[in-house]
Order: sequence, then structure tokens, then C-alpha cells
Amino acid sequence: MPDDIILETRGLTKEFKGFVAVSDVDLVVRRGQIHALIGPNGAGKTTFFNLLTKFLAPTRGRILYAGADITDLKPAAVARRGLVRSFQMSAVFPHLTVIENVRVGLQRRVGTSFHFWRPAASLAVLDTRAHELLEAVGLAPYARMVAVELPYGRKRALEIATTLAADPALLLLDEPTQGMGHEDVDRVAELIRIAARERTVLMVEHNMNVVARIADTITVLQRGQVIAAGSYAEVARNPQVVEAYMGSSTAALGGAPA
Amino acid sequence: MRPATIGYGLALAAALAVPAVGVYPVFMMKLLCFAMFACAFNLLLGFTGMLSFGHAAFFGAAAYATGWLATARGWGTLPALGAGVVVAATLGTAVGALAIRRRGIYFAMITMALAQLVYFVCLEAPFTGGENGLQGVPRGSLAGLVPLRSDVAMYYVVLGAFVGMYLLIRRIVHSPFGQVLKAIRENEARAVSLGYEIDRYKLLAFVLSATLSGFAGALKAVVLGFVTLSDVLQANSGEVILMTLLGGTGTFLGPAVGAGLVVTLQEYLSDLVGGWVTVIIGAVFVACVLLFRRGIVGELLALRARR
Ligand SMILES: Nc1ncnc2c1ncn2[C@@H]1O[C@H](COP(=O)(O)OP(=O)(O)O)[C@@H](O)[C@H]1O
Ligand SMILES: [Mg+2]
Repeated sequence: MPDDIILETRGLTKEFKGFVAVSDVDLVVRRGQIHALIGPNGAGKTTFFNLLTKFLAPTRGRILYAGADITDLKPAAVARRGLVRSFQMSAVFPHLTVIENVRVGLQRRVGTSFHFWRPAASLAVLDTRAHELLEAVGLAPYARMVAVELPYGRKRALEIATTLAADPALLLLDEPTQGMGHEDVDRVAELIRIAARERTVLMVEHNMNVVARIADTITVLQRGQVIAAGSYAEVARNPQVVEAYMGSSTAALGGAPA
Repeated sequence: MRPATIGYGLALAAALAVPAVGVYPVFMMKLLCFAMFACAFNLLLGFTGMLSFGHAAFFGAAAYATGWLATARGWGTLPALGAGVVVAATLGTAVGALAIRRRGIYFAMITMALAQLVYFVCLEAPFTGGENGLQGVPRGSLAGLVPLRSDVAMYYVVLGAFVGMYLLIRRIVHSPFGQVLKAIRENEARAVSLGYEIDRYKLLAFVLSATLSGFAGALKAVVLGFVTLSDVLQANSGEVILMTLLGGTGTFLGPAVGAGLVVTLQEYLSDLVGGWVTVIIGAVFVACVLLFRRGIVGELLALRARR
């Protein structure tokens, strides 16, 4: 595994009772890139993420991450190695405040997470960094609000901030802009681009404008299989991709040109 | 001053005045021991979200260990109490390690089965006195300095222990560890995805809860001077659940209030109505569950939050 490859799957397959959700996927993610995973609903994108983060065990295949085989690791162990995900369904800690949510992401690195005798005020050292992250996703004014009271789009933003708080080397985002308004989409796209300066991003994204704008490499999944991979321009020209998206090979793939 | 501060001040003043106003101190000490037990239990149920059906095992095993060491072995009060706590912690580690891998009802069933095992050991083992239990556990003294034979001296020690445990539980809940527990309770998958090995956190919460429950049991053995099978019985595990739910899970004071209510009803009604006391407590419980689901303290807090 060359140094510039952070993640590689070999023949990764997941079957659910005879139904193949992810089929023999070979995927290579290069360090420092924003890699988009696209494909119609039910293509197996979320299942693929669940395999990478060990929330599901693969039926077959291997996962190599940063030079090591992580196929048999536990989910928390994978996360501690720097492969951290967000969820498609908004996953915040609903009755924690916004800043507390982000602090949970930061806290593990302080090394006091088992210290039951220490006051919680000892976590105040994390507040500066937590505020920076909230600022970046536009949530700074809501820091003291309970997460459950945030509107949907802001919950998604909070989830991204919490995921970034864990300082992943490889950031997995499952439809980060889903359900967001225009402005929020732009802000999150920009945020991902900034975050990618120091890390690699693998993201599932439906918004082709976002994909066209920020993704370096695109992999297209359909019925669990990779049908195309390459730059936006390459993928957009692929007749199979156009067909999968538009139902006809004559229509062009939407979104701004790369 | 905040209303909570005033409330605590009044409660503490009342508790300090108990021996002076003629409330039977032994009854108050028993109440406080069960209040500690319920608070310790609530650390697991209310603040971690795990329902154990076997907490009497920790309460009872520690009571037996302390009682036996103090009588048969002539240990001093503090070492005997300490040993009881160690027994509960060890037992808690073993039971917890087996139980936390399961969720919900399976978790509850494993704790119940293992507690039943502990009960049988206490029934059959040669050093527990079988059906008779252990009698005449001496109160001894506090490190040879303060003799505890007098009920008043003993009462203040128990009150101090209760306040200490109450503050400790507050600290645990409001610690970096407590913060992770809260996150796990709110969204387990999310906590895992951020790199937390949740089984380890749950195990530590279980062991802390078992250890503090053991302390309550051990202290009760010293206070009342006897240990019987009822301390380790399944019914005792059920009672602590009832106390906690009555007072309010996940509140700091609720379990203590629930324990106070149950112990008081048991004490005063058993003379009047005999065996019917269980039925009455059951009815109170049903009424509470139907009328205020959050428990007594939980409802009061919700009421205040609404205003
Ligand atoms: N736990 C599961 N059990 C059975 N089938 C599943 C499970 N998870 C996902 N699937 C199926 O696998 C397919 C891929 O789903 P998913 O990975 O969520 O797709 P995507 O994220 O690309 O929309 C779907 O047909 C879905 O119904
Ligand atoms: Mg999906």
C-alpha cells in the first residue's frame, strides 16, 4: 500500500440474507483528497460506510487503512485510529447543549474520560477549540442551546462540528448537506473544503453542485457495484452514469461543470 | 441565596436536629442506609440507563462480609466496612463484566440470575448463619477514637456517610466520566463512532454503583447489628428499584426521598396491618407510576422548570 493511499478496500462485499448491498467493491482513497461517493438511493453507500467504520461486518473482502488491515477491528478502535464518520440520519446528543456535543468529540484526547472524581469544569480547557468549531459551522450563537431544539439543518452542522472535533485523519460524511437550505449548503461545502486541507474526506453527497465544486475524485455506486470512478468530468461523460442518474444516456449529469 | 441552597440548608438542619427532637435514631439510620442504596442504584439506572435486577447481591454480600469479619474475626469497624466495600466492588466487576454485553431485558435477567446465585451462596455457606443470619454485629468505634455504641454518635456518622455519598454521586455525574456516560445514554452509536469504548464506561459505572451499594449494606450491618437473608434477597433488589422510581430516576435527591417513603411506610404500617404493608406499598407504587411518571422529585423539578 503506497504512502499516498489512506484507504483501500479489496473485494468488499456485504450480503443481507441473499441480497447483495455492497458487491465486490475495490476503492482507493488518496491522502488529502476530497473523494465523493455518489449513486442512486439504495446503491449501498451508507452500508459501505457502515463496513468501513465496522458498524457492520463484511461478508467478504478486506479494508486497509493507513497501511494496516483494519477489517477485524472494533468500531471504537477504528475511530481512535482517525477514521471518524457522521451519520446520514442526524445523530447528535439531543439533551446535551450544543457546546457539550462538540466537547464530547474533543474530550477523548484530554485523557480524563474515566476520571469520575474530577469536576466537569476541568473540561473548560476545551471550550476555546469547541467555540472555534462552532464558529466554523455557524453555530456559535447557539452554543448554550440544547441540541434537540435546533432546526434540522443546524443539527447537521452540529454533527459535522462534532465529527471534526474528533480530529479524524479520514473524515467520512454521509450526505452532510441533506435537508439544508441553499446558504447552509454553501457554508458546509466551504467548511468541508477547509477541513480537507489537513485531512482526507470521503463523502456521500447527492448535491451535484457540491460534488462538482469540491470533489477531487468521484466513485459512482449502483446496486452495490462501482460503475465509474475518476474526476467529475470523466464520470459525467460516462454513459452508464448518465443512464443511472437520468434514466437515459442522452441527458447530461446535472451540476456545474468542473 | 438560591432556593436549592435554602432547601439543602433546611434539610441538613432538620437531619442534624433529628436526635434532639426525639425521632427514633435507629429508624433514621436504617432510612439513610436505604437512601444511600437507592442513590447508588440510581447512578446506574438514572445516570447510565441500565436497569439491574440484582443489586441486593452487592448490598447483601457486603453486609455479610462486614458482619462476619466484625463478629467471627473481631475486625474493627472501619476495616470491616472497607472489606465489605471491596467484596461488593469485586462482585460488581464480575457481575458487570458478564452483564453489560447485553442490553435491556437481557441485561436485567443476567443481573437477576447472578444475584440469585449470590443468594444461594449466602443461604448455604457455613459463615452466614443460614436462615438465622448473623446476629450481634458490634458497632465498635471509629478508628478507636469515637465509640459508636450510642445511637446519637452512630447517627451522625451515618448522616455524614450519606452526605458524603450524595456529594460523591453528584461529582461522578458532573465529571468528565459522567459527561461520557451522558453521551452514551443519549446516543450509543454516536459515542462509539467518536471512539469511546462504551463497554468500559458502562462497566466502570456498574462497578461504582455496586461498590456504593455495598457500602450502604455494610453500614447497615454495623448500624442494626445484624445481617439476614432479606438483605440479599431478590425482594430487596425489587425494593430499591421501587424506591428509585418512586422518588424519581435521574434526579439526585429522588431516590433518597423514595427510600424515605418506603422505609417509613414499612416501619409504621407493618405494626398496623402486618403483611398487607407490601400490598399498600405496591398500591402507592402503582398510583405514583400512573400519576407522576417522573417520580416525586422528578415531577417537582419539571413543575419548577415549567414556571
Ligand atoms: N441492515 C440491513 N438489512 C437488510 N437490508 C439492508 C440493511 N441495510 C441496508 N439494507 C439494504 O441495502 C441497500 C443499500 O442501502 P443503503 O446502503 O442505505 O443505500 P444508500 O445509502 O446508497 O441509499 C438497500 O436496498 C437497503 O434496503
Ligand atoms: Mg444512505
